[in-house]
Amino acid sequence: MENTQKLLKKYTMTIALVVVFIMFAFFTNGKIFLAQNISNLLLQNAYVLVMACGMLLCILTGGNVDLSVGSTLCLVGAVAAQFMSAGLNPIVTIVLCLGISLLIGIWQGFWIGYVHIPPFICTLAGMFLFRGLGRVILSSKTVNISDKTFLGIFTSYITVPGLDDGGMKWSALIVGVAVAVFLIGYTAFSRVKKAQKGYTMASPFVAFGKIIAISALVIVYAWKLTNYKGIPVMLLWIMLVVLLYAFITSKTAFGRYFYAVGGNEKATKLSGIDTKKVYFVAYCSMSILAGFSGLLVAARIGSVNGDMGMSYEMDAIGSCFIGGASAYGGSGTIPGIVIGALLLGVINQGMSICGLDNNWQYVIKGAVLLLAVIFDVVSNHKTGKA
Amino acid sequence: MSDNILVMKEITKLYPGVKALNNVNLNVERGEIHALVGENGAGKSTLMNVLSGTIPHGEYEGTILYNDKECTFKNVRESEKLGIVIIHQELALIPELSISENMFLGNERKGKFGIDWDETYSQADKHLKRVGLKDSPLTMIKDIGTGKQQLVEIAKALSKNVKLLILDEPTSSLNEADSRMLLDMLLEFKKQGMTSIIISHKLSEVAYVADKITVLRDGSTIETIDNSDHNIDEDRIIRGMVGRELTDRYPVREHNVSPEVVMEVTDWKVFHPVYTEKCVVNNVSFNVHKGEIVGFSGLQGAGRTELARSVFGKSYGTSISGSLKLFGKEVTIRNEREAIEAGIAYVTEDRKDNGLILSDTIARNTTMARLEKVCGRGIIDVDKENVVAEEYKGKLRTKTPSIHQNVGNLSGGNQQKVLLSKWMFADPQVLILDEPTRGIDVGAKYEIYCIMNDLVFQGKAVVMISSELPELLGMCDRIYVMNEGNMVTEMSGAEATQEKIMGAILRSDKKENITDNRGE
Repeated sequence: MENTQKLLKKYTMTIALVVVFIMFAFFTNGKIFLAQNISNLLLQNAYVLVMACGMLLCILTGGNVDLSVGSTLCLVGAVAAQFMSAGLNPIVTIVLCLGISLLIGIWQGFWIGYVHIPPFICTLAGMFLFRGLGRVILSSKTVNISDKTFLGIFTSYITVPGLDDGGMKWSALIVGVAVAVFLIGYTAFSRVKKAQKGYTMASPFVAFGKIIAISALVIVYAWKLTNYKGIPVMLLWIMLVVLLYAFITSKTAFGRYFYAVGGNEKATKLSGIDTKKVYFVAYCSMSILAGFSGLLVAARIGSVNGDMGMSYEMDAIGSCFIGGASAYGGSGTIPGIVIGALLLGVINQGMSICGLDNNWQYVIKGAVLLLAVIFDVVSNHKTGKA
Repeated sequence: MSDNILVMKEITKLYPGVKALNNVNLNVERGEIHALVGENGAGKSTLMNVLSGTIPHGEYEGTILYNDKECTFKNVRESEKLGIVIIHQELALIPELSISENMFLGNERKGKFGIDWDETYSQADKHLKRVGLKDSPLTMIKDIGTGKQQLVEIAKALSKNVKLLILDEPTSSLNEADSRMLLDMLLEFKKQGMTSIIISHKLSEVAYVADKITVLRDGSTIETIDNSDHNIDEDRIIRGMVGRELTDRYPVREHNVSPEVVMEVTDWKVFHPVYTEKCVVNNVSFNVHKGEIVGFSGLQGAGRTELARSVFGKSYGTSISGSLKLFGKEVTIRNEREAIEAGIAYVTEDRKDNGLILSDTIARNTTMARLEKVCGRGIIDVDKENVVAEEYKGKLRTKTPSIHQNVGNLSGGNQQKVLLSKWMFADPQVLILDEPTRGIDVGAKYEIYCIMNDLVFQGKAVVMISSELPELLGMCDRIYVMNEGNMVTEMSGAEATQEKIMGAILRSDKKENITDNRGE
């Protein structure tokens, strides 16, 4: 009984995601299950997923957020559009844009980490600064992106000649099945290794139940992609960022430091950890991801204007908190915030398909965010943690 | 028949695992200055918290009679209404507000519309004059020194129509001249009929100002000494304070000190990080041998923690100067990381604030100071980490259902063991333990002592900072005594007694008085 309760608490947001999904399936007469909608769900929220990964690092350090990401996204998108309309090579453009993102990150990370400017104020300033610069670069106009290579790098679909020539893109299904088999195989393998060394491990029921559920989802998702246009390249970019950040936060020593700083900064410093560097890296990585998202969004829309990325920071921050990151820092995981971002995405998409008024969509999003954080604070209080 | 303003009868206060007060009796006569003395942890502050209602009625046993009426204070406000005002050691003033705003905080002079500022200023002025402060009531608290701030606290008490004034270590942050001024003011108030209770470590002040002295020890009243002629022998008070029998509360250890010096600090000087002209550690030198436990004794504010933290990677203070030698070699250590790598560990006195991440697991706390030991190329081997945590859990006998338990859920003693695990895992040559047994029960204390003995047996050097004299006497090979940032004396564990240590501290206080007086 107690175990079920624990399990329920741990997977509350996952359950909420499933419930919301089913709810919208009902409201939209199953339209949300259409292959195109499933495929678009991730593509439309690519920037949220990518930026939420970076935002998690900032939030881990003590509930600090980066308000400037929407503006950074716009600035980098604007630079990319102008470079390419001036005839610069798209690959060089991408490299330069990531370089500019890095510079923005160093700028913010330096002030926050080494000069102790409060992150809220520093990034609020950045929000105005970079938005303004972006508009200056665009001369307040909308600039189109027509470079085929650039668009291809971010928005094309993977098609294997011979296999994907017909209406069904079989390559997607093959990859999906392969990933599922790999996941199950890897879990079994690591359990065997652990058992040999006599380490403690989770019960087989929980471990395999979880991995089989995930594998099933992967295959269903792959099947939907098979029925649409195949695997979108943007999915690979998202996976790259998400997996990289999941790895950093859960497996590396430096990733551990973000949690430590948020848990108790003084103790962390006395343990010989360079807390300034931790802040610096958090904000640096955030800006790079914001810039990268700028490229993704610019490619998806096909043009850049001065209002691009407006209030995107709120989506990234919202995903983190809905996904269980603590508003006081020190806890939160990448899988958690991916669930949070997907939940926001499903609500967005479902409401759009239902044809709900845009203004009401805001009301509902706000309510969901508040509910999630109330749940987090109240449930932690009960266990005497906060 | 004496006229008692206050009678506290058989006060007992239990904390989980500790009897902070045990049948304490205190009688205070109207119009006298009554001193409470005793070692750290003797129960002085707890007793005053019971009196002022900080510890509400019902959470302690016993009765309080104030003006012959029984009191059942539920909070500080109720006791203040009757004129009992306590001034804590840590001043409770808000730096960014003015003197007058601070004086009437929570007690504002209200007019028809909001605060009546004219009334506020004139009242503030009146009370400031009584304490001899000439500053304008509009001055910000942050712009006046600690001495004057203390006076503002007293003026604030006066504004509350105080009948019984309680001062907890009022002179601990004051210099000699300011202290003397404050004490003379208390004598002046006494003439006007006010009653005061003063808690102090400085026995010279107690002898100067108090009419009666009550000695507390281990939560019990030992005696009340009459000092109406203000001429008491300080040794007489000290005997009362420390005169306790030592039973074997300390595990036996073979004293096996190697001649090899592990760490040597010479002419170490540290300045306060904020008030940069204030010297907190003044030309201190000490050394630790392999296999030795060296104790640091002193009162609060003696500069021991500041010394330790500045040695540990300059984690405290500014303008640090002096030489630090490890195994005879001069080293420069710029930050905590370099200190850990050089083999120094500092186990903080404040485990909750500076030591542990309470919201994180035992396993993750254990490896924190030396995470690279369970890492391969920056990647954490979680299985290895768990093995390490299990190993230390067994070694130190930490009582917990699992190493994945959050540290915040453990008892104080077990938290202290996790903190020790963390620094033992860092594998230092010198372990600086700052108040390693603070706030933990007797059983856990014994276990911590055993761990310390184990460490020196393995050839480590241990520095132990403690405010509990019996503990230092029971554990240390050598004891250094510090006072007000200076090294006072050094004695071997065999020759040291509580009287000698206390005497050394108090004599050094006196010496300063003499030099100060000459300076004037």
